[in-house]
Amino acid sequence: MSTPFVTLTAIAAPMLEDNIDTDIIIPSREMKTTGKTGLAVGLFAGRRYVSGRTENPDFILNQPQFRTAAILLAGDNFGCGSSREHAVWALAEHGIRAVIAPSFSPIFEGNAARGGVLPLRLPRAAVAALAASPAPLTIDLPAQTVTAPGLHFAFAIDAEAKAMLIGGLDAIDLTLQSADAIAAWQSRNRLARPWVYLGNH
Amino acid sequence: MPSLFDKLWARHTIAETPGGATIVAIDRVFLHERTGAAALNSLAAAGRKVADPARVFAAMDHIVDTFQGRDDNTLMPGGTAFITETRAACHEAGITLFDIGDPDQGIVHVVSPELGIVLPGLTLVAPDSHSCTQGAVGALAWGIGSTEAEHALATGTLRVRKPPSMRVIFDGVLAAGVTPKDMALALISAHGAAGGQGHAIEFAGPAVRALSMEGRMTLCNMATEFAAFSAVIAPDETTFAWLKGRRYAPSGAMWDAALADWQDLASDPDALFDREVTIDASTLAPMVSWGTSPGQSTAITGVVPGVAAGASRAAHDKSLAYMGLVEGQSLAGLPIDAAFIGSCTNSRLSDLERAAAIVAGRHVATGVRAIVVPGSSAVKRAAEALGLDRIFTDAGFEWRESGCSMCFFAGGESFGAGQRVISSTNRNFENRQGPGTRTHIASPETVAASAIAGRIAAP
Repeated sequence: MSTPFVTLTAIAAPMLEDNIDTDIIIPSREMKTTGKTGLAVGLFAGRRYVSGRTENPDFILNQPQFRTAAILLAGDNFGCGSSREHAVWALAEHGIRAVIAPSFSPIFEGNAARGGVLPLRLPRAAVAALAASPAPLTIDLPAQTVTAPGLHFAFAIDAEAKAMLIGGLDAIDLTLQSADAIAAWQSRNRLARPWVYLGNH
Repeated sequence: MPSLFDKLWARHTIAETPGGATIVAIDRVFLHERTGAAALNSLAAAGRKVADPARVFAAMDHIVDTFQGRDDNTLMPGGTAFITETRAACHEAGITLFDIGDPDQGIVHVVSPELGIVLPGLTLVAPDSHSCTQGAVGALAWGIGSTEAEHALATGTLRVRKPPSMRVIFDGVLAAGVTPKDMALALISAHGAAGGQGHAIEFAGPAVRALSMEGRMTLCNMATEFAAFSAVIAPDETTFAWLKGRRYAPSGAMWDAALADWQDLASDPDALFDREVTIDASTLAPMVSWGTSPGQSTAITGVVPGVAAGASRAAHDKSLAYMGLVEGQSLAGLPIDAAFIGSCTNSRLSDLERAAAIVAGRHVATGVRAIVVPGSSAVKRAAEALGLDRIFTDAGFEWRESGCSMCFFAGGESFGAGQRVISSTNRNFENRQGPGTRTHIASPETVAASAIAGRIAAP
């Protein structure tokens, strides 16, 4: 379960770069625990720190006006590379609730909605316009709009992702509502294709 | 009319949801120690059980060291906990674990096909982006995150919106020395690292048909670097002959029944795809990456290019600065500090055989550190039976135990900052193989030839 996402008005930090991969978002060496928390300190670690935990003052999220940013503005293919869901957990723990980009890695996009981080697609020009606005942005998920002073954009979003984000839903509970249908399907499949099912080896 | 992807999807559709997703049956889940414990512990904490443990597997590959005599201790700080917690969680859940010291241990995407865990017509998911590798046997296989892994474990299904489809046809015949790795790098450099755009890709055409199973795995492996959802190659006689007799493959009457079922696993002649790309394989040459994305690759005989049309000057300059290269610089002849043969992309027996053939009787150049990591313990044993280990060590390579190793830096072993590494792996992102490490990705043959030359060299 995650915190429901309905509307958000927040500062957006621009990282207008293509192919920000999950190694950049959370370097492998920062994934130190088997759990899902304690990751925020490693977010963008390679760029955020000059060494150890000494902050790099030039990094966008270290700058005073962006320290509380809850939205990232990015380039194409955000979240490409490794499937590590830690990228989403680190972003969420740091307080990033939405990423606005022209495109996302398919794996990241799936992970994000499940982790309570909204993957919001807008054309490059729209993202650039939002980046040029110093004021906070407002994301209205039910209405599927992003607004700022003088700017208004509509976005498309996968219906399932939208429902899960708005409801803070757990997909497993949702699916288990169809447990009977699933069991019936598996029974038929076991007869039709028995080699799919494994016993003791 | 349906494509192979349409058929695989239809075979696994349990229901359609009001939100537009499909509840898809998942036939196999494969975990590893980097995220296995997290997923299983989270499931247990929520009071849920693994629905069908007999169809869930795990392997120790990502975090384990690859030194001879390795154990639960790791160079990666805190790595031991991942290993011990995954082992405990697998035992608790009753799932099959290929553990350190197990003869079947290895990299997930090497072990799964090797043991016949993945089969034609199946769906398989793993919390690893290179799951697409396993589509080489005609399965629908894709990478997921930890939360989706919990869902697949608990329900035997995933909720997925059916992706669009793309067919990539390789016509013609590969020239000598040109490999499936080069085919992949050519595709990604021509169409961009986002060129696959979340599509389910089918690789087809005579040049794909001519590939060995291991070659098909290399090609499918790189599909994630193309932002594809998945990659599949229609199974054929090559596939069936390769799979027959493997541990988890059906046998006897059930093999015959499966074989009959698998005959339908091909795209209909009039199948439609959302996108289609054709590449003449006979025009391809050995490739090497020059930048910090797999799309930033060129023929070894080429030079570092200028900014591509429409691409960012700043991003281009940043890649070159990281790699310590300038526009117009030749790739061939570039001195290297290290050579790495390994990873789920290129570490199977045939990869090692071809690399060994190049280094046999020769020696790694002075000052170059060279390492070979077999993709699985079975590959390692087979290689040793052929004497490949001696060929590599006589040539000055380190010969390791199986694992993901230095494909990525997890806080443990690394070649070092500023080191230029030629690698048979899949990603050349900044800091991928270590802070400041400069990675050039290429075929294992190219890595072998370069290790000998001490410079980037075509095989």
